[in-house]
Amino acid sequence: MLRLPPLEFRAPRRLEEVVAALTGDDVRLVAGGTDLWPNMKRRHQSAGTVVSLMQVPGLRGIEQAGSELVIGATTSLAAVIRNEELRLRFPALARAVASISSPPLRSMGTLGGNLCVDTRCTYYNQSEEWRCSIDYCLKEEGSICWVATKSPRCWAHSASDSAPILCALGARVKLVGKNGDRLVPVTDLYRDDGIDYLCKQPEEILTEVLIPAESDHDHCHSAFWKLRRRGSIDFAVLSVAAAVWTDEQDAVTRAAIYLGAVGSSPMPVDVTALLGQPLSEELIVETARQARKIATPLDNTDFAAAWRGKMAQTYTHAALNEIAGLPVRCAPPRHGLTVV
Amino acid sequence: MASTLTSSLTTAVLSINGEDRAVVFPVHHTLLEVLREECALTGTKHGCELGECGACAVLVDGEPVLSCLMLAAEASGRTIETVEGLQQDNALHPLQTAFADLGATQCGYCIPGILMVAKGLLVREPDPSDEQIREALAGNLCRCTGYNRIVLAVKWAGAMARGDEWRPADEDFLSTPIPVVSGQ
Amino acid sequence: MSAHQSRIGQKRFELLGKPFRRVDARAKVTGQTRFADDLSFPRMAHVKLVRSTAAHANIKHVDCTVAEKMPGVLYILLGDELPVPYGILPVSQDEQTLAIDKVRFVGDPIAAVVALTEDQAHAAALAVKVDYDLLPTIDSVRTALKIPEPRIHDYGDEGNIHKKVSLKFGAVEDGFEQSDLILEDTVFFQGNTHLPIEQHSAVAVPEDEDRITLYSATQTPHYVHRVLARVLQLPASRIRVIACSVGGGFGGKTDPFNHEIVVAYLALKLGRPVKATLTREEVFYCHRGRHPVLMHIRTGFSKDGAMLAQHLRTALDGGGYGSYGVASTFYTGALQTTTYTLPAYRFEAARAFTNKPPCGPKRGHGTPQPRFALEVHLDKAAHKLGIDPAEMRLRNLAPADSVTANWLQLGSIGLGECIEAVVAGSGWKERYGKLPAGRGLGIACGAYLCGAGLPIYWNHMPQSGVQLKLDRSGGVAVFCGQAEIGQGSDSVLAAIVAEVLGISLADVRLCVADTDLTPVDLGSYSSRVTLMVGHAAVQAAERARDMIAKAVGDQLDVPANHLVFAEGRVFQAGDPSAGLDFSDAVIAAEARFGTLGTTGSYIPPRAPGRYRGAGVGPSPTYSYTAAVIETEVDAQTGMYDVKHVWVAHDIGKAINPTLVLGQIEGSVYMGLGEAMMEEQEFRRLPKRLSSALVHKMPSMLEYKSPGFHDMPEITSYLIETNDKNGPFGAKEVGQGPLLPVIPALANAIFDAVGVRVDQVPIHPDLVLKALQAGARGKEARAGPAAFPDIDFGEPIIVDTPEQGGDGRAADDPKARRNSGVGSSAGTMKDRDQALKEKDSASLTTT
Repeated sequence: MLRLPPLEFRAPRRLEEVVAALTGDDVRLVAGGTDLWPNMKRRHQSAGTVVSLMQVPGLRGIEQAGSELVIGATTSLAAVIRNEELRLRFPALARAVASISSPPLRSMGTLGGNLCVDTRCTYYNQSEEWRCSIDYCLKEEGSICWVATKSPRCWAHSASDSAPILCALGARVKLVGKNGDRLVPVTDLYRDDGIDYLCKQPEEILTEVLIPAESDHDHCHSAFWKLRRRGSIDFAVLSVAAAVWTDEQDAVTRAAIYLGAVGSSPMPVDVTALLGQPLSEELIVETARQARKIATPLDNTDFAAAWRGKMAQTYTHAALNEIAGLPVRCAPPRHGLTVV
Repeated sequence: MASTLTSSLTTAVLSINGEDRAVVFPVHHTLLEVLREECALTGTKHGCELGECGACAVLVDGEPVLSCLMLAAEASGRTIETVEGLQQDNALHPLQTAFADLGATQCGYCIPGILMVAKGLLVREPDPSDEQIREALAGNLCRCTGYNRIVLAVKWAGAMARGDEWRPADEDFLSTPIPVVSGQ
Repeated sequence: MSAHQSRIGQKRFELLGKPFRRVDARAKVTGQTRFADDLSFPRMAHVKLVRSTAAHANIKHVDCTVAEKMPGVLYILLGDELPVPYGILPVSQDEQTLAIDKVRFVGDPIAAVVALTEDQAHAAALAVKVDYDLLPTIDSVRTALKIPEPRIHDYGDEGNIHKKVSLKFGAVEDGFEQSDLILEDTVFFQGNTHLPIEQHSAVAVPEDEDRITLYSATQTPHYVHRVLARVLQLPASRIRVIACSVGGGFGGKTDPFNHEIVVAYLALKLGRPVKATLTREEVFYCHRGRHPVLMHIRTGFSKDGAMLAQHLRTALDGGGYGSYGVASTFYTGALQTTTYTLPAYRFEAARAFTNKPPCGPKRGHGTPQPRFALEVHLDKAAHKLGIDPAEMRLRNLAPADSVTANWLQLGSIGLGECIEAVVAGSGWKERYGKLPAGRGLGIACGAYLCGAGLPIYWNHMPQSGVQLKLDRSGGVAVFCGQAEIGQGSDSVLAAIVAEVLGISLADVRLCVADTDLTPVDLGSYSSRVTLMVGHAAVQAAERARDMIAKAVGDQLDVPANHLVFAEGRVFQAGDPSAGLDFSDAVIAAEARFGTLGTTGSYIPPRAPGRYRGAGVGPSPTYSYTAAVIETEVDAQTGMYDVKHVWVAHDIGKAINPTLVLGQIEGSVYMGLGEAMMEEQEFRRLPKRLSSALVHKMPSMLEYKSPGFHDMPEITSYLIETNDKNGPFGAKEVGQGPLLPVIPALANAIFDAVGVRVDQVPIHPDLVLKALQAGARGKEARAGPAAFPDIDFGEPIIVDTPEQGGDGRAADDPKARRNSGVGSSAGTMKDRDQALKEKDSASLTTT
């Protein structure tokens, strides 16, 4: 049986205690544990002490605060999907969360955890012994990124399904640290680097996700398409999250499209072509081409990388057609949004 | 590899299948290890210990969780249900009856995890659609059955539990009658 | 004589043919079943193997100085302590318990750390440092051909080619010359693995200074027993192997494994129980799964679709050790003749050693790959000839009870009925070729062994034995070496005994897979258990029934052969009131004969082939399957959905139809997994930087096995041919139904969008690539370009039965001295007679 290395475990009941405990290199924060524990079992993440956020009250739940919907960071992914208001108002977010992993992992995993989930790579998410046999990699203990050996950076890919859609919806997150708290747009939470992928201090804790009312179903059309091998369990090898705002004449006033899993962070697609006119096949084709341009799928996950690149275009096209009410010409992802 | 080779021992009272058990275990041990090794409840299985196969699923506070990814310490004070607790005295739970009679268990190794996730589903949704059954169980891999018989068994168990007389068709037990082609 | 032919106790079946709850079902749904890792013993220590991180290297030094001082460490075992090599086949004794001087793949075990806890063993294993002298690594058959030196093994046919086969049956050139159409295809079948949910586990308990018991998750306790005796150099009588209920095998637990030997040795050495349970990654390294096979198939057809000659070449990527590979190599050609008439056949094969985990037998052992090639090839031929693919198959069915060109004795053949069933069920005639764009149907067939005709090692003894103990309680204890791996073999065994004796399943107790207590059965592989154990069980039960009948007949003054055994009673035919309860009947017999026990055993009939290589392929009879698959292909992405599978299986006779359906559905599932996504893929790093060669994704997450959302609806039909060679007419079902699934999907994709993907798994990017090639006016195909240039050597030439051959090779000095097919009865006497001929030609394999 593959087991965790010995560690110390703390689960304080006050947020300040959690913040205070996050000092030193040998300490890590855990919420649902569905990312950290496997990583520690394979020994590519390590910690002498693990501090849990789960005993802190008040970080769980979904509520309306002013014009924003606020989701506590330790709200389980299952609870997010089961929230009827959220499903009605933010259907693409519900769809994205419902596509994360599998039901048991969604009842353990949290929304905050999914936003902070480690980047992934098939050269990295391997046991200590396996990584030793390739002399390790840049992300952990090694000196070469095996995905792109001439590159100075790490190309592990973003693995969060909630991140691209929350970026597209203009959501913000609350970060709490030793020097107080701050609100940051989700788009500013990420950096396109496989190692240093989060723009937050290690001791800062993501405590809330805030989604503006202007992004809900009454004001905005959104879609989420996820590409993966199987109808469950698998991480995305590509996801397309799109949100489009229109005026009374159906002209697009604002749009945001983010691609997941084809870069080390959610990748923004250039949407300028869409602005100022009603969505049309022609504009969608052009935007889908932009998606293809910025997607950098590499051979570090399932499926042929070149095909994933093509699919970035096909899926962006499909997601925008779905929003525009135009016929979607490619088969939709196999999974639906089934609440269980 | 900064970790030390020993970690502190935890003492906890775990509520498992309605029975409280006092257990002592190293704090880095998961619920899976403590159930199997400290409590001798070996009905809960493991296939990867990384949250990828579902074999170790149990119910914690009625929700399906993978016991390989939860520290036993985190389960303290919560309600844990395992396959050993499914029976009522010596009578099988409808899920167990349905799985046994429909041949929904072959090697049986993934079955405890599947039974527990299915139990959680039937509590929340006593009359699930096929799609709900498939989605609820989508985190559990099975290599023997091809799944369809499991979906049918869960549906049947739901009917039994509701007192509904629905049961799988005869052809699910006997095979589909060989079609007769006209003109042959 | 089997029960349904017996004069005694003629009756309708009470159990057989009806759905009954499997005998181990209750234990399996309550968590009571004890799998190997569920066992725990006082003072049990834990082993962690240190595995090679180099793909091909000489070991310079193993440094245990840090590890051996770590907390809880009891001992660190190195290879030189257990130097005797072993292997499942007598012809490839090439494995070492722990590598002594050389490692052959990443994952090859080098040392075993035993400690008080698994935590401690793992920590210490990570501290063992191995110094390697790296050697060039070989990742494919092509590379093996290119790099004959250094050799991965110092044996084998040449360089890094382990085994070469070249066989020629009949007038192949004439056949091609007379053909109206000659078709050639090059296809590739990627390797894949069993992925049982249960990871391998073994626990050894010392019983005395020189006695040991090993509990293991194994499909073949008898073969593990033999290997332990060999490597530990203990008399076999001091070793007891107990196969626990196996949590999924599919062929992956049929080899003796390093960890089994290690725990047995360490338990004896340390005088305490020792356990090893592998991690999922290690299970990928044990492997023994489907060989990657590149194939070239060339067939001559008449214009009405008959095959006149075929030349099949296969190249197998074998991995780092022999395993069952020699047998696998022969199997990539042996069963090609079992479904359709093929008068002339040439088969050439080569298996290469490569620096990857060893390949071996997986469900269908060596036959799904050439079956894929053949059935896709036939589909193409049908289109070229303008014949409906289902019709073409029906026209060319091999005749029942015939002997094939390569000298396999066929039994009953329900393939025609199978094809008709799936054709009717799927609406083939109305729908094939006529569905809207993107939708398609495909058909394919297959055949499989009902038990390998020969054991792994040459011997004169039964392949299966059953013992019965009956006493005044009325309970019957059944002892048999067979191993329940989920397929339902316990239930088949119990049901046959209960049926013959007319008692309830609840009155039958099983003791199985225990080399101390149960008579030898060779194990759960080659789909042999229902047929072979079934025959042995019938014989043992009939012997018991005859004794009871004699005693009861005397007591009631009724002729023994007028007695019926049914409903838990023994009574006079036509007068159920004149009789005894079964327990009273046993009392009568126990009083008359003393303590009651009977045995039964089975040896397959001798096959007619006498040429070198004829040992692989023979079986008492063959099962047949046909499948139609409906798919929907998305031309934008190349992604496809399997909508429905219709499958008809010639089961001979269903002992328990519900369990038969489960086997069919499981086979369809596994076949679809292989067709759509499963692959054992490897990584190379840029050559200038590293010679590493690693498994690309040894995890349940990245090795894609289909889940609940990925399975289509399945409609299963059972065709009962009541085969005279099977117990109660029964044939196998565990493996055969997998075979047609893979080519049927490829053929369905062609019907849907007009492209050929001559490669498995059929990834969506390949479908898209073929579509785009077609759109550019090129051949709408994705697949391998060419078959490598391999010198297979001079063929062994064998005349076919049609040519009046005698089953021997043309250059065999004994050729034609003993003409004809010979006896095919399965008794010990016939066997002895046959063995006297000292057939040196047959290869003994699975």
